Amino acid sequence: MAEERKKCGEGFWRSLEESQSDRPRPDEESVSSDAFPHGPGDVSRRHFLRFMGASLALAGLGGCDRPPAETIVPYVRQPEEIVPGKPLFFATAISIAGLATGLLVETHMGRPTKIEGNPSHPASLGATDALAQASVLGLYDPDRSQVLTYLGRIRPWSQFVAAMQELRKELRQNKGKGLRILTGTIGSPSLGHQINQLLKEFPGARWHQWEPAGRHHTRAGARLAFGAYVETQYRLEKAEIVVALDGTLLSCAPGYLRYAREFARRRAPSPGAEGTSRFYAVECTPSSTGATADHRLALSTNETIAFVQALAVRLGIDLPRTPSLPPPQAHWLEALARDLEAHRGSSVVLASEHQPPLVHALAHAINRSLGNVNQTVAYTDPIEVNPTDEIASLKELAADIDAGAVDTLIILEGNPAYTAPADLGFRDRLAKIRLRIHLSLYNDETSALCHWHVPAAHYLESWSDGRAFDGTASIAQPVIAPLYGGKTAHELLATLSDRAERSAYDVVRAYWRERRGGSEAEFERFWRKSLHDGVIEGTAFAPKAVSLNLSAIAAAASPLPSSGSGTQSNVPRSADSQSVELVFRPDPSVLDGSFANNAWLQELPKPLSKLTWDNAALVSPATAERLGLGTRQGFTGGAVYTELVEIRFQGRAVRAPAWILPGQPDGTITVHLGYGRTRAGRVGTGTGFDGYALRTTAAIWSGSGAEVRKLGGRYALATTQTHHNIHGRDLVRTVPLAQDRETQANARPEKHNAASHPSLYPEFAYPGYAWGMAIDLARCIGCNACVIACQAENNIPTVGKDQVLRSREMHWLRIDSYFKGPPNNPETVYQPVPCMHCEMAPCEVVCPVTATAHSAEGLNDMVYNRCVGTRYCSNNCPYKVRRFNFFQFSDWNTPSLKSMRNPDVTVRSRGVMEKCTYCVQRINRAKIEAEKDGRRIRDGEILTACQQACPAEAIVFGDINDAESTVSKLKADARNYALLEELNTRPRTTYLAAVRNPNPAMDKA
Amino acid sequence: MADQTSSKTELATPTETPAPWVAPGYTFASITEKISSIVLARPTGPGWVVGFAISFMLVMVLMFAIGWLLVKGIGIWGVNVPVAWGFAIVNFVWWIGIGHAGTLISAILLLLHQEWRTSINRFAEAMTLFAVACAGLFPLLHLGRPWFFYWLFPYPNTLGVQPQFRSPLVWDVFAVLTYFTISLLFWFVGLIPDLATLRDRSQSRAGRVIYGMLAMGWRGSARHWHRYETAYLLLAGLATPLVVSVHSVVSLDFAVANLPGWHSTIFPPYFVAGAIYSGFAMVLTLAIPLRAAYGLEDFITMRHLQNMAKVMLATGLIVAYGYLIEIFIAWYSGNEFEIAMVENRFFGPYAPAFWSLILCNVLIPQALWSERVRSSTVLLFVISLVVNLGMWLERFVIVITSLQHDFVPSSWGRYLPTIWDWATFIGTLGLFVALMFLFIRFLPMISIFEMRTMLPEAEVRAQGGE
Repeated sequence: MAEERKKCGEGFWRSLEESQSDRPRPDEESVSSDAFPHGPGDVSRRHFLRFMGASLALAGLGGCDRPPAETIVPYVRQPEEIVPGKPLFFATAISIAGLATGLLVETHMGRPTKIEGNPSHPASLGATDALAQASVLGLYDPDRSQVLTYLGRIRPWSQFVAAMQELRKELRQNKGKGLRILTGTIGSPSLGHQINQLLKEFPGARWHQWEPAGRHHTRAGARLAFGAYVETQYRLEKAEIVVALDGTLLSCAPGYLRYAREFARRRAPSPGAEGTSRFYAVECTPSSTGATADHRLALSTNETIAFVQALAVRLGIDLPRTPSLPPPQAHWLEALARDLEAHRGSSVVLASEHQPPLVHALAHAINRSLGNVNQTVAYTDPIEVNPTDEIASLKELAADIDAGAVDTLIILEGNPAYTAPADLGFRDRLAKIRLRIHLSLYNDETSALCHWHVPAAHYLESWSDGRAFDGTASIAQPVIAPLYGGKTAHELLATLSDRAERSAYDVVRAYWRERRGGSEAEFERFWRKSLHDGVIEGTAFAPKAVSLNLSAIAAAASPLPSSGSGTQSNVPRSADSQSVELVFRPDPSVLDGSFANNAWLQELPKPLSKLTWDNAALVSPATAERLGLGTRQGFTGGAVYTELVEIRFQGRAVRAPAWILPGQPDGTITVHLGYGRTRAGRVGTGTGFDGYALRTTAAIWSGSGAEVRKLGGRYALATTQTHHNIHGRDLVRTVPLAQDRETQANARPEKHNAASHPSLYPEFAYPGYAWGMAIDLARCIGCNACVIACQAENNIPTVGKDQVLRSREMHWLRIDSYFKGPPNNPETVYQPVPCMHCEMAPCEVVCPVTATAHSAEGLNDMVYNRCVGTRYCSNNCPYKVRRFNFFQFSDWNTPSLKSMRNPDVTVRSRGVMEKCTYCVQRINRAKIEAEKDGRRIRDGEILTACQQACPAEAIVFGDINDAESTVSKLKADARNYALLEELNTRPRTTYLAAVRNPNPAMDKA
Repeated sequence: MADQTSSKTELATPTETPAPWVAPGYTFASITEKISSIVLARPTGPGWVVGFAISFMLVMVLMFAIGWLLVKGIGIWGVNVPVAWGFAIVNFVWWIGIGHAGTLISAILLLLHQEWRTSINRFAEAMTLFAVACAGLFPLLHLGRPWFFYWLFPYPNTLGVQPQFRSPLVWDVFAVLTYFTISLLFWFVGLIPDLATLRDRSQSRAGRVIYGMLAMGWRGSARHWHRYETAYLLLAGLATPLVVSVHSVVSLDFAVANLPGWHSTIFPPYFVAGAIYSGFAMVLTLAIPLRAAYGLEDFITMRHLQNMAKVMLATGLIVAYGYLIEIFIAWYSGNEFEIAMVENRFFGPYAPAFWSLILCNVLIPQALWSERVRSSTVLLFVISLVVNLGMWLERFVIVITSLQHDFVPSSWGRYLPTIWDWATFIGTLGLFVALMFLFIRFLPMISIFEMRTMLPEAEVRAQGGE
């Protein structure tokens, strides 16, 4: 706490520094004297009073709630001025790993509170992912770096600028020799242009890129197949057969939000629409992609190479023959190959980033031979400004440091000290550089090793631009002035140019001005439109013809990688249980670790394992048995005691808790990156273990020959779901496609009616609206976007690991996952569970104080300030969707978090029950609008937060009194069913059974 | 005071003529002398001081646990979602159940002219009162926001909101408060003649003043006695339905819910039987050491103990029947959730608690069929403790296993009480014992005037008077 207070204090004073910077000052150095490091040294009484006034304005964050100085353009509604209580939406874009996704940001009185997808943006279509949803918490994170430092001492920006100008003089003399810039993958055209300009001015300088969870293998695969960097795009809406080689398609592939939507539309059969697609997945570690597949094959990376090569050969591609596959795989392959051959031009084989380049190249070859190119697959120019082999780029940097060729390193928004492959020893090498400058949101592991640390502006505070997976460019506009005076990469690079104080706005605008040409008025129109829409029209890349270099692929394939592991993997795995394949994956919640200090993401249950606050070494049940590993459920509720293992790989070792995950290929161990941070902040520091400590340049996503050894000792992991066995209960229905058509043709199953269950209480009448929800399990991909969207919309607090261990997480919407079938390769189903808003709600009758009551529109309302906290309602809720504030979970003290909250939703106190409200604040907002216009609310006018975020359109909300509404139609579908119907709760939330479209040939196995 | 204490009649086994309820050799005066001297004359022994000190320390533990609870919130306990009710409700039901024996003894046995109740009813009623006081703490403390407990009362308010009368928790409020009120009145009215006796015999001025005020001007006139008898009978009549209703209502907290393991029509009778079972166990637990410590073997005779053991055996069998029927119905209904609930109790994570409960409540008490066991105070004491434990486990099993394992497997959970759960529970045990210590020190633990009516001469005169 004291530390925090100190930080705040520093923040305020540093702002004052800035406010003072326009004033002529006799001597820059005297400003930060040792005696008074927190503020200006030359404060007269008059100035003191001035500063007092300013600091009072800044002290409550109200002073920071100001729009940026430049004109930004609201997206949809543009009132003459801000109407208090009414949100404004601004279009902007978030860039993660060089890929932009268009967003709409909801702001209340200048404070961004909620992120939505931009429906006009091709990579969003109105949907968002969990990372974007959670980024608003990142903006207000009180642990963000708030001061610019030099060697740990606070310095004003002006001093940094002066130092950079000094450096510039030096660089001009030696032509930039010794200057290195290290960035993540850059997709921003203007930033790329700025860097390139700098390189032009200083020819001796070099630009390196390193994105820890970047697309290394995808690039290498394209280069192998086509001899050049090429972007691959898919048209899943045209694909009858989808084969995913490893699972990023529906979790983090470029454009995955769009793919999820296209995919989902082909999964949920609606009358008149195109047929249901069939989905095959081959996976090295279970993912949402595999969980949604009709057929899933769990193979290690080495086995996958052999499998894909065999598939390519089977489909007639001229490659060196491969050893035959073991019978089950061969059977699988044969059925798949026949299916693919039957769907030439309407199938697609996708290799995910985590597969080796060879698999990517083979997938390109297969797609070409199946005639899928320009049908379901399209190739375009790369969207990155400067696609490079980033691993080689980083290696080169390391070599140059050793050679003493690097004098100055500017690190723009990355954390290489933490994320660089372990064999590069980047931490030690960093120390050899004479001048190290780091721009970063947090004072992190890398900042600690750098001379200058410049706090970065959050993307919601920055002007920039970026490109989506299809090349569509967006201008990212800030929606709030930097809370902590952060700087953008544009501004930092500008300090090395002749115009040192150039703003990011100027840089971005000048870039596009130059690109567009034309008159100033014309440009102004273009600029306003682009900001308003969130996309720049006509910037998507056109598909281009590429030529496949089959001989190169054949050459790469001929000696099977890793010394004929294909042969080895075909024989039953050796009895030596110690040696396993090590698989690295970005964490589904905190990605590469850059989101580690985000409590929403830390507490977000990971798909399948439902783990929170930790990563774990994932092993299959059989591997666990061989290693003698087990788990034991603790008695506190959410605790699972796992055994610690030591993973030793190429001479490095980490200790990790082992988690047994059904569906993990035998003989592999999966490690998620992004944990084990040492300087993440109060939330992220010390969670999990550091997977980067094992990752090498040769084994970016997987490597053979890791040794796993059981250690003594147990470790408590916090999970939100301890039972994944459905025990034969009829909770999640899955229908094979054939049966689905039959049921649709036949009579509807017996409809539940009130008369069959007489009640003492009279029925409710709903003369106006009757709200209902339908969740299509055929579409749900378990991506968790809805969970975070709900958390952001409804001010849901996080509780911390110790409380998750006690089973007290607060998510109003949870996604249950169940495994069916054999533990080595189970069928997985997801089920999002919000409040059911039962017609005969069991919670309502047992509340002694009417704190939960039935609304006139059928909502099951929760009256927080009437609740005394008996928790009887939770006991009587068969769905267990109610959440209780066992402590004061909402943070009432941190000032920045107060600004983040949705003003339309109560912030709950201790001792109060809460649960999903169907976003009643959104219903009321729409009702007010509709009443003003004297009309009924239109179908689709209200989107609940979960529905709006969902990329797969799995959640539909609306008025069930209106027979024409989408939700009514879905509820009339033969697949519609109510959860625990037999209890006569008559839920308003119903489910549509998941659809499986299995290959009949596969079933014969 | 020692001349009549060495009577050995307690060892006489019942023959054709049952042993008398008061050992022979007593007169009106000697009974009065013996019982009132415990309060008035007997010096406060070291045993009392040590016992009271220990229990008082536990009361302080309770106070601390409550204070911390109010400061931090309900999260210091082990409750969670799905197990949102834990020790607080287990202990509440347990304490309420214990109270039942007192009311049964004082009211129902009075109406049924079971005159053996006379020597045990006073402290059994006190036990009821103190147990209900302990019980009443828990529903209050277990609220998320205990300071709003009064929202459960129907009182005129500006909010225009009344309690929700469909909720069994509101019924609970009425049931428990009525129960406490009637028990208190019943106990106090029964005390009045004895308070007057104490007033008259007290040597100290403070005693005379305090007992005098409490005696409310009792002079023992015929009119007083007539009014007294009418009031006492009326109160007994009022208290009688409460014996059945209170625990029935408490059981409805569970039976009204739809949870497998709770949603069961057998709960009201089975809870009432269980309550009486545990109540008699507690009476025995208290009576056996008390009669030994204060030499009351002549008043609380072996025959009393035997009778209570028989009541325990009978109610214990009803409880066992309840368990059996729960299991049978789960199977017979074919309901997958009910079957899973029973399986979970048998083999789930809390199976040790379930099997201990069967051992404590069903198997061990069968020893009471044996005359020899019933004649041994030590064995009776041990069995009564075992039954107390068993009944606590029963409530634990009902509350926890039903909640942790309900309909949707994804939400299944577990429950582990924290140190604060234990501190609160043990604290109420301390409160109960401390109150009992104060009671035996300052009030006659056996009804003096009623004991006098047990003497043969009282009977003759009463018959003669008719």
